Amino acid sequence: MAEQPMMSAGRKRLANVPDTEAKLKMLHYMKLVREIEDRIERKLYRQGRIVGGVYVGRGQEAISVGTAIHMQKDDVVAPSHRDMGVFLMRGITPQRIIAQYMGRRTGLTRGRDGNMHMGDMDYNVIAFVSHLGDNVPVAAGAALVFKQRGEKRVALCYNGEGATSRGDWHEGINFASIHRLPVVYFVNNNAYAYSTPLSVQMAIEDVAIRAEGYGIPGEVVDGNDVLAVYDAAKRAIDLARSGGGPSLVEFKTFRMTGHSAHDDAGYVPPELFEEWKKKDPILRLEETLISESVLTSAKRDQMQKECEKIIDDAVDWAEQQPFPAPEEVTRDVYYEG
Amino acid sequence: MAVTTYIDAIREGIWEEMEKDERVFILGEDVGIYGGAFKVTKGMLDHFGPMRVIDTPIAESAIVGAAIGAALVGMRPVAEMQFIDFISCAFDQIVNFAAKCRYRWGAGVPIVVRGPCGGGVHGGPFHSQNPEAYFFNVPGLKIVCPSTAYDAKGLIKAAIRDPDPVLYFEHKYLYRRIKEDLPAEDFVVPIGKAALRREGDDLSIITYGAMVYKALEAAEELAKSGIEVDVLDLRTILPLDEEAILTTAKKTSKVIVLHEATKTGGPGGEVVARIAEKAFEYLDGPIVRIAPPDTPVPYSPPLEDAFLPQTHDIVAAARKLAAY
Amino acid sequence: MANPSTSDTYTIDVPKGLVLDRTASLELYYFMALNRKLEERLSSLYRQNKVVGGLYSSLGQEACSVGSAYALERGDFFAPMIRNLGGLLVRGVDPVLVIGQYCAREIGPTRGKDLNVHFGWIDRGIVSPISMLASLVPVFSGIALEMKMHNKKNVAMTYVGDGATSTTDFHEGMNFAAVQKVPMIVIVENNGYAYSTPVDRQFNVKDFVVRAKGYGCYGEMVDGNNVLAVLDVIRRARARCVAGDGPVLIEAKTFRRKGHAEHDDAGYVPAALRAEWEKKDPLDAYRRFLSAHRVIASDQELAEIDAKIVEILDAAVDTALASPFPDPSTLMENVYG
Repeated sequence: MAEQPMMSAGRKRLANVPDTEAKLKMLHYMKLVREIEDRIERKLYRQGRIVGGVYVGRGQEAISVGTAIHMQKDDVVAPSHRDMGVFLMRGITPQRIIAQYMGRRTGLTRGRDGNMHMGDMDYNVIAFVSHLGDNVPVAAGAALVFKQRGEKRVALCYNGEGATSRGDWHEGINFASIHRLPVVYFVNNNAYAYSTPLSVQMAIEDVAIRAEGYGIPGEVVDGNDVLAVYDAAKRAIDLARSGGGPSLVEFKTFRMTGHSAHDDAGYVPPELFEEWKKKDPILRLEETLISESVLTSAKRDQMQKECEKIIDDAVDWAEQQPFPAPEEVTRDVYYEG
Repeated sequence: MAVTTYIDAIREGIWEEMEKDERVFILGEDVGIYGGAFKVTKGMLDHFGPMRVIDTPIAESAIVGAAIGAALVGMRPVAEMQFIDFISCAFDQIVNFAAKCRYRWGAGVPIVVRGPCGGGVHGGPFHSQNPEAYFFNVPGLKIVCPSTAYDAKGLIKAAIRDPDPVLYFEHKYLYRRIKEDLPAEDFVVPIGKAALRREGDDLSIITYGAMVYKALEAAEELAKSGIEVDVLDLRTILPLDEEAILTTAKKTSKVIVLHEATKTGGPGGEVVARIAEKAFEYLDGPIVRIAPPDTPVPYSPPLEDAFLPQTHDIVAAARKLAAY
Repeated sequence: MANPSTSDTYTIDVPKGLVLDRTASLELYYFMALNRKLEERLSSLYRQNKVVGGLYSSLGQEACSVGSAYALERGDFFAPMIRNLGGLLVRGVDPVLVIGQYCAREIGPTRGKDLNVHFGWIDRGIVSPISMLASLVPVFSGIALEMKMHNKKNVAMTYVGDGATSTTDFHEGMNFAAVQKVPMIVIVENNGYAYSTPVDRQFNVKDFVVRAKGYGCYGEMVDGNNVLAVLDVIRRARARCVAGDGPVLIEAKTFRRKGHAEHDDAGYVPAALRAEWEKKDPLDAYRRFLSAHRVIASDQELAEIDAKIVEILDAAVDTALASPFPDPSTLMENVYG
């Protein structure tokens, strides 16, 4: 590619720059997210091998990966439906994720719920619900406990810009701000909530403008630049962890798919897809790493093959998994010891 | 007459009301440019314009609240909940504002809050609920659950014309699976009136929504062994058509109450209570409820199939009751 | 926290450009005095067990209610919150109806179905609130939406306390109104406390009005104890709305001089703080202003107004208390239309 590498003039200096190992780790995970989601959405779903709906975060991989890389083991994270990177970086295996999408007993919810509605407190991942924004007060609650106990743990909460119109988003952030809780609120502003563009959702351009009204820091970040994501996330997480309270970090990006697998997004002007394709976060990082001589095209291809193999194996495993037995339907409504 | 699917019947009903009454308008998520998540409002933005088909932010409390305000000043809004599961986000506005205005200060709130309910589509816990029970106990509200294309059209018109707040729960499983010939001329299905879908003297199944079809399948099966079933489709959950309920109970003396909302606290309990209170002497056996177990709606097919009442469950219960 | 004044005497500044004739100047006095005296009567009736249910006072906040309601015009819609009795009086509600309502009598507008300010008439542009705070904000966005749909040159105005701004409905309603650019005015009466909760436990900024930026609408702060300033800010807000600029958020700084309700002695409010705000009493200040400008009103005239108010209230109390309690047979009326 003849284009300028990412570290060009006009791009602000980043306070936190990941080392080579971290950069390669982020590249691996972004590629893994892309591969697992492409496999689920473009292949398995179309072949009828998935149960229920599919929601992916194509084009938004830098956000979950560039933020989640900072997670410490006992931090608690409340992802949304386009944050596959969070799950993978937490150590939840592609096998169990695909089994989840296939409704199998060994998926994360034992077939109880589908697609990204998954979580596991053993991994400190709170499963999200479809009622967007509900996770905001929940994340604040976890952070409240950390503060009360004097623990150096943080809560990370993810939502799209659509969810920020909901009252729960407001109530949760307001609460967190008053009590200076160790929680970071990430906003994936991918420009569309289903068919609704930003201009029909709110009368402002940047969700981060709202931060001032809560008395917390707010920042707008290029969500397709994983190094910028890495930097902003680290500052916000460090602030929370050191007792500086919550912040609002808005990542500008674009939803490169429909709302879900069945939606062809015909309402999006095609030029927008073209424009954002050029800003693909994975390609951008690859270009940077190649220009820094940290990555070769051979190595990049090898990494791609590794991801494909991981997902191939995961799909094979998942498809052999049993469905839950009918009798299990009434289990775990209440505590069973 | 034209063969019309259940979903098209809803669209036509809303469309016709919007044509004849300029006070009627729609608001909700993705209802305009997208035509609705299920395409109920397809074509409406182009035809009626953006002031009458309003795309909203993700804000159910604002959607319903704004509908209430507009209704107070003379409009007839139809508020869509993308999945009826999200009606919980507007619970306060519905229950404390819309339902109580007329009683407290004489102001009617003629809103319709509608959306797709029900399971059987691998939707999981948040895209498959039947929320009628949450609102059943709220005086001032009306709740309807059409099962046929004819009723879908007739009831949406009735709901829009009703002077009080109506919750209209359309079953998503029926959207494109159910169709029938509909009359060309204007018609309304009255709120508060049940419909007898099949007649028989031996046993009654009182039900509504998608379960009507399971009940009819079961009745067909039972007829082969000489058990003839009355299938009463409630159509309106609030207010219940008590007369129709008691009539069938007295006729057959053996009653099954069937619904897709979970059992404990589901509307079936109220039906049973009224029969026990007012038709006790007529009964020749215990009143039986068939409903899903008390769990969230599960996602994986074997779990969801075990959750939802199936035709064979109904047949088995009916045989047992018939033999009592 | 509301700031105590450091000057000796609080004086009414006349906003630049405010045009007000003599009659209007006196009417503002009349309504504030009526508000004050009516609430004193209600308080007395409460102690005699004639008022049924809780009693909430707007002592010290009369300028806010009266000044704002006075700025409205025919066809505008208005909904009070619990401390905006003065606004209802400005909108033409007869004190006899108020007393009847508070005493749960047949003569009350809801005929005993609901209490205190929970009444209204659509044909008079008055909407009844409910106890769920800020629920009026989405409702008024809908009323304002209809005004926009039909090109009416009107506004829909309602109030919230500082406490109500933390709710779901406040956020969703403001955001919806802003993105739809409807002619709604929301007055946030920052009176220092939500029951026992001081404002610094309610939001994390000193001046709430900064939140207007987060909704993308115009916001302005006003001295809520200066009836002329309040009148002026609402007139200007109204002009903006009618011009199609979208909703307006006003923060009125004031202070709640009694407890949350009659039963609450508000021991949690520092005595010094209350004393400071007593010096800024809006009615006293306006009386001083009128006295200083004898061309508007002589002390004699003001005394006559005071005496007239006493007469009106004496008659209203007698009439209201002579009204019977509603008959139980009316219990089932008006559940449905």
